[in-house]
Amino acid sequence: MTDAATALAKRRAAQAGKVRQFVTPEGVDLELRIASASLRFGALIVDLTLIALVLILFSFGAAYAGFASGSDIVLSIWMLGAFVLRTFWFLGFELGARAATPGKRLMGIRVVARDGGRLTADAVVARNLIRELELFLPMMMIGNGAAEDNVAGWTILAGVIWSLTLSLFLLFNRDRMRMGDLIAGTWVVMAQRAKLDSEIATSEAEGGAMRFSDAELSVYGIYELQELERVLRTRDARAMREVADAIRSKIGRPVAEEDDVFLLSYYRQLKERLERGLLFGKRREDKYASD
Amino acid sequence: MPAQRSVDAPGFSTRRFREEREADWVAFDALLAKLEKKGATALTSDELLQLPILYRATLSSLSIARATSLDKALLDHLEALSMRGYFLVYGVRESRAARLRRFILYDWPAAVRAVWKETIVIALVILLGAITSWSLVASNPEWYYNFVPDEMAGGRDPRASVEYLRSTLGHGPDAESERSGLHVFATFLFTHNSGVSIMSFALGFAFGVPTLMLEYYQGIWLGAMLAVFTSKGLGVDFGGWLFIHGTTELFAAALSGAAGLRIGTAVLFPGACGRLQAAAHAGRTAGKVMVGVIAMLLVAGLLEGFGRQLITDTAMRYGIGTLMIAFWFGYYYIPRREDAA
Repeated sequence: MTDAATALAKRRAAQAGKVRQFVTPEGVDLELRIASASLRFGALIVDLTLIALVLILFSFGAAYAGFASGSDIVLSIWMLGAFVLRTFWFLGFELGARAATPGKRLMGIRVVARDGGRLTADAVVARNLIRELELFLPMMMIGNGAAEDNVAGWTILAGVIWSLTLSLFLLFNRDRMRMGDLIAGTWVVMAQRAKLDSEIATSEAEGGAMRFSDAELSVYGIYELQELERVLRTRDARAMREVADAIRSKIGRPVAEEDDVFLLSYYRQLKERLERGLLFGKRREDKYASD
Repeated sequence: MPAQRSVDAPGFSTRRFREEREADWVAFDALLAKLEKKGATALTSDELLQLPILYRATLSSLSIARATSLDKALLDHLEALSMRGYFLVYGVRESRAARLRRFILYDWPAAVRAVWKETIVIALVILLGAITSWSLVASNPEWYYNFVPDEMAGGRDPRASVEYLRSTLGHGPDAESERSGLHVFATFLFTHNSGVSIMSFALGFAFGVPTLMLEYYQGIWLGAMLAVFTSKGLGVDFGGWLFIHGTTELFAAALSGAAGLRIGTAVLFPGACGRLQAAAHAGRTAGKVMVGVIAMLLVAGLLEGFGRQLITDTAMRYGIGTLMIAFWFGYYYIPRREDAA
């Protein structure tokens, strides 16, 4: 039991470690969560793929125009276009209202100024010009090594490792800042949208079909309540059966009702009990906390 | 049942709280969606007035919900909505056009002026590189092959004939045939030079050392070339060939190096603020300089690709080069009224 308690505490501490205080001028802490490295990487892959796609389409268009006009001005337009696309894709999108490239939007993350101020254009420029270095230096190192046969393999390896420590800088700090974030004074944080779901078990018929005693309700805390909410919202019959059985065995009730009737009633009454506790200044985080 | 009574007894219930406030959240959400999609100009004046009111109402709802509600879906929605609202309400203060105007009129020259010390250092480093290689190549031409790789030299080395060297400057018979591909050449130069400048800026955070090396190398290359052409009596012509775009390009190179150096020194000597904060502060100044550098390189690329190939008169080339450097100096360093503020 204590093992489970420490494991839960550890998991919660890890999640709390990702939360950064961010107080608005109105005095409300928005509690920003730092985006994980995997989300960042995913966003980068999506963006690079999109850039490549646009470039390929652009090339087809340019090739067609080139054949049609027979002029090499198309070539220089293509070169300029490729440069502009590569450099300004990230810049343009991050300067927009949502401060996120399409890849970042897909992953539900965005760029934020670390000091809580507004994200300025120069910060966005700085963080994205450094990206050039982070992305292309390792490639250049490998390319150079391949081009020059007289360079020893170890030298290439050392170069690649050195440049990779720059590129993977974000893995080595708590705030998941890459080199560019560090220089520009920015963070990348979670900005997922959450739909406004209707409250569950509002009606008396749904939430009051069964009555639970205070002793039966006092076995769980907020963490368990919100896990129960998640199960109820996904409405997966098997998960609901498992959860219902776990609760029944814990409070010593026989299997007498439908799972959803049982769970909805228990959810509503547990929620009311815990929310009442909140009003009296008592926040019971999980079942291990004292009641 | 007494237990049942006490459940319903409190005058405050999260359900009623939600019923009262939900309309505000929905309205705020719709307003934000419109703002994100179409910008502030799409909002009517009524909607604009509503925006801060709804924003504050949502933030207050978030505070109350955090203290009283345990509905995770509701809390998540309010948090996401408040965050979106915060960044939109406090984020956009002026239109893109106004931002661009301010950048060109004030921010860009101000940022360049702010790195004047670094610019002088980098300029001296380039000059040092040029003097080093020039004196070495002038005393012993064999040095040239150590400085300039064959593929970059393109036959412009100490063994080349005067006629050949002259032709590379655009006075010979070869110049005519190359004219058709000018814009390709200009574009190539621009993208290549921008890449080099971005590197020399981005490498700055390693305490500026790689930046100094890159800039020194640029100087070396310049000095070696200069020595070869001078030894064949083409020094003045080569100067013109270089001067027409070189003033802009070398200035841009010096500025990109200065931007990198600024970050490097901020990391090394953060002064009164923390290292991270100093780096962020320097990074923003350097970022502005870099936008300017890319614009300058575009101009240099045009001058190099078109101007240099089309204008072959050496005096004219010197004239344009001088005009450009005078323009840049005036633009950057003449004090402006807004500076005082």
